[in-house]
Amino acid sequence: MVRNIKFIISVFLGLVIFFILLNALEKTNNYSPNKISNKIETNFTARLLYKNKEVSLEELIKDQHLSIINIWASWCLPCREEHSYLLNLNSINNINIIGINYKDNEVNAKKFLKELGNPYSKILLDPDGINSIELGAYGVPETFLLDTKSKKIIKKYIGPLDDIKFEEIVKIIKNEKI
Amino acid sequence: MSSQIGIYSLYIALIISVFLIFQFTFLNKGTTKNLDSRIFSLISVQFLMVIISFFSLIYAFIISDFSNETVYNNSHTTKPLFYKISGTWGNHEGSLLLWLLVLIIFLFIFFIHSKKLSNKYRLLTVLFQEIIILGFLLFILFTSNPFSNLFPIPKEGNGLNPILQDPALAIHPPVLYLGYVGTSIIFSSSLAALITGLINKVWASHIKKWVVISWIFLSIGIMLGSIWAYYELGWGGFWFWDPVENVSLMPWFCLTALLHTIIVLEKRNTFHSWAIILSVTTFSLSMSGTFLVRSGILNSIHTFANDPSRGIFILCFLFFLIFSAIFIFFIYQKNISKNLYKPYLVSKETSILINNLFMMFFLSVVLVGTIYPIFLEVINDSKISVGPPFYQKLITPFLIPFLFFMAVGPNIKWIKDRISKINIQQLIFFIIFILLSCLFLKKNGALYLFVLPLIGSGFFLLFLTIKDFFLKSSHLSQKLAHFGFSLFMLSVLFNGILAKEYSSNMKVGDERIFMNKIIKFENLKVVQGHNYQSLIGEFKIIDQKNVLNFKPQIRVYDQPKTITSEADILTTIYSDNFLVFNVLKNDGYYNVRYQNKPFMIWIWLSVALMSFGGILSFIKKNG
Repeated sequence: MVRNIKFIISVFLGLVIFFILLNALEKTNNYSPNKISNKIETNFTARLLYKNKEVSLEELIKDQHLSIINIWASWCLPCREEHSYLLNLNSINNINIIGINYKDNEVNAKKFLKELGNPYSKILLDPDGINSIELGAYGVPETFLLDTKSKKIIKKYIGPLDDIKFEEIVKIIKNEKI
Repeated sequence: MSSQIGIYSLYIALIISVFLIFQFTFLNKGTTKNLDSRIFSLISVQFLMVIISFFSLIYAFIISDFSNETVYNNSHTTKPLFYKISGTWGNHEGSLLLWLLVLIIFLFIFFIHSKKLSNKYRLLTVLFQEIIILGFLLFILFTSNPFSNLFPIPKEGNGLNPILQDPALAIHPPVLYLGYVGTSIIFSSSLAALITGLINKVWASHIKKWVVISWIFLSIGIMLGSIWAYYELGWGGFWFWDPVENVSLMPWFCLTALLHTIIVLEKRNTFHSWAIILSVTTFSLSMSGTFLVRSGILNSIHTFANDPSRGIFILCFLFFLIFSAIFIFFIYQKNISKNLYKPYLVSKETSILINNLFMMFFLSVVLVGTIYPIFLEVINDSKISVGPPFYQKLITPFLIPFLFFMAVGPNIKWIKDRISKINIQQLIFFIIFILLSCLFLKKNGALYLFVLPLIGSGFFLLFLTIKDFFLKSSHLSQKLAHFGFSLFMLSVLFNGILAKEYSSNMKVGDERIFMNKIIKFENLKVVQGHNYQSLIGEFKIIDQKNVLNFKPQIRVYDQPKTITSEADILTTIYSDNFLVFNVLKNDGYYNVRYQNKPFMIWIWLSVALMSFGGILSFIKKNG
């Protein structure tokens, strides 16, 4: 009798685990957001890096015409590479760059910015990565060029910025200004 | 052409597998003698076929045959020959073929080396092993064929990720697989032994060799992966509690527990069911490792190209094996000899049970940390990530009693011993070591709650194992392994506590002063490598006593275009000096990071020592 109970329990447990894992397999597809539209949802709130305050992304970009949203993390090596481009964008073109700090440790993030300079006007923290995924990010680094009025993504760059992408962004910004 | 040879030999192997499994349904007692040689020849042919298939894939990589999709995705003509070959198993399809090859090699060796044991047991082991082989053959042929053709034939391949172009990583997968696959033999043979009612001392001493071999390969494989992470990823750490790393650690815990249990079974003829459960669990964990890594459920730096159908196949196959094991276990449980033996409180049996309990605890911590986020996401739709602090907080406190028992346990006798064996002398030593480490920590200014007793017990184990070396000459392998483990714990601890880091932005000619040292950025050179261009920085770190020269590199690989930072690491027996630099902007400034990591080399050496202990016990009969 005892043996039967043990048997039933182990089979039952096995089945439960099996179905959970089977579900998890299908779930993984939900990870990549299937957003066909190029609009993004900006009214989520998150904590700022240097202030202990919750702000929505909406507020940060509302009085700008164009904004760049850059998803980064201190542990991400390509983010180091592209950092100089962001600094240049900020200094040359004076554009509003919002950083989203993806799955990072705050101390490291601050250290990273202290080391390499801070191109961002504001930085939102995204410790569990959900907001970035909701925004439609595939990974870090990722850069969106956003038309603030219509909330349309003008351009989306997956992976670090380089010379070609940089020129492109500068061109778009100049055109929009005129 | 080589692709055709490869695929057809795999099909032949598949047919043989089906034929072999079919044969067992007509298992008659009268024809066993004949059957034995027939099975042997079939296995040999299958073995040959898989070898041909594997070598034809290697050949396709060597001649850069881009009509083969796997080669196209993972190779490039300008790649050095060594990495062309290692590229064979640096991808999903090729690594599965390697897995299959190892499965068959092990079956072959098993078949030759088990002639002394009962025929029915051997044949059943072959049956189970053939079922596993069949599963993998189907998986390879229908979801991840390494020989699929491309037309039109591309001129150039996509190249192997430069991060994977590293000698340690080139041999890491094969060694790890030897460990993983070794557990499959343990699985098959323990089930076969259960059915034939053969679980006894003879079986234990026979299977112990396989346990030890798998354990050695698994340990070395994990170490190689960790060496790769340390040298190549350039983060300055060696273990990140990454899900994929955890997945290789779980079977290791289980196998270590099994290794100890099997000794009890061999010497004292108890713990039968427990040994079977551990054997089954170890293999299930190795398989779920493959499942978790290959299916893309885990998010990790290691994840390979994914395909949901693959995940479903491995999952179903894994649970088919697990459920069959459960059924067999419960049906044939009556075959386990009813040995209602209660070990005395102070005996070697108890101390090994304690080891097993700890191993199971560590296993469950890692298992929960790895699996729980997946479960939570399915059930509750919430996403969490489990990081190093979780593991450190849960594992560290329990290491203290673990180390203590590890030191005391081996000296206790079998069956029954007097409590005075754990005598006052040892207790005094224990306290002395804790006090010593207290002094030491005060001096270095690092005080954490658990570090102190942990270092104390680490030294306690170190001291006792050294003492035993001189007192008794038996059980050399066990002492070596335990000694290696104490060394490992201590070097990990010191590495963690005493590490120093300094980072700054510098340009050529700059000098910085930190911690009584001067760091100089002297020169920058551009050198053309074989398939990359590298920027070599020349740094000097000047101490009161000596001068260290560093030449870290920034490499720009052509195919695929990737930038990697190669740290320059100066290794001495006391510490590693680690210097890496990164490009900032194009204004001549570089980010320079210097780390001093004490006792780094000892981490590798101690794991090597533990493995050597294993090898010794394998070579020596009464190790």
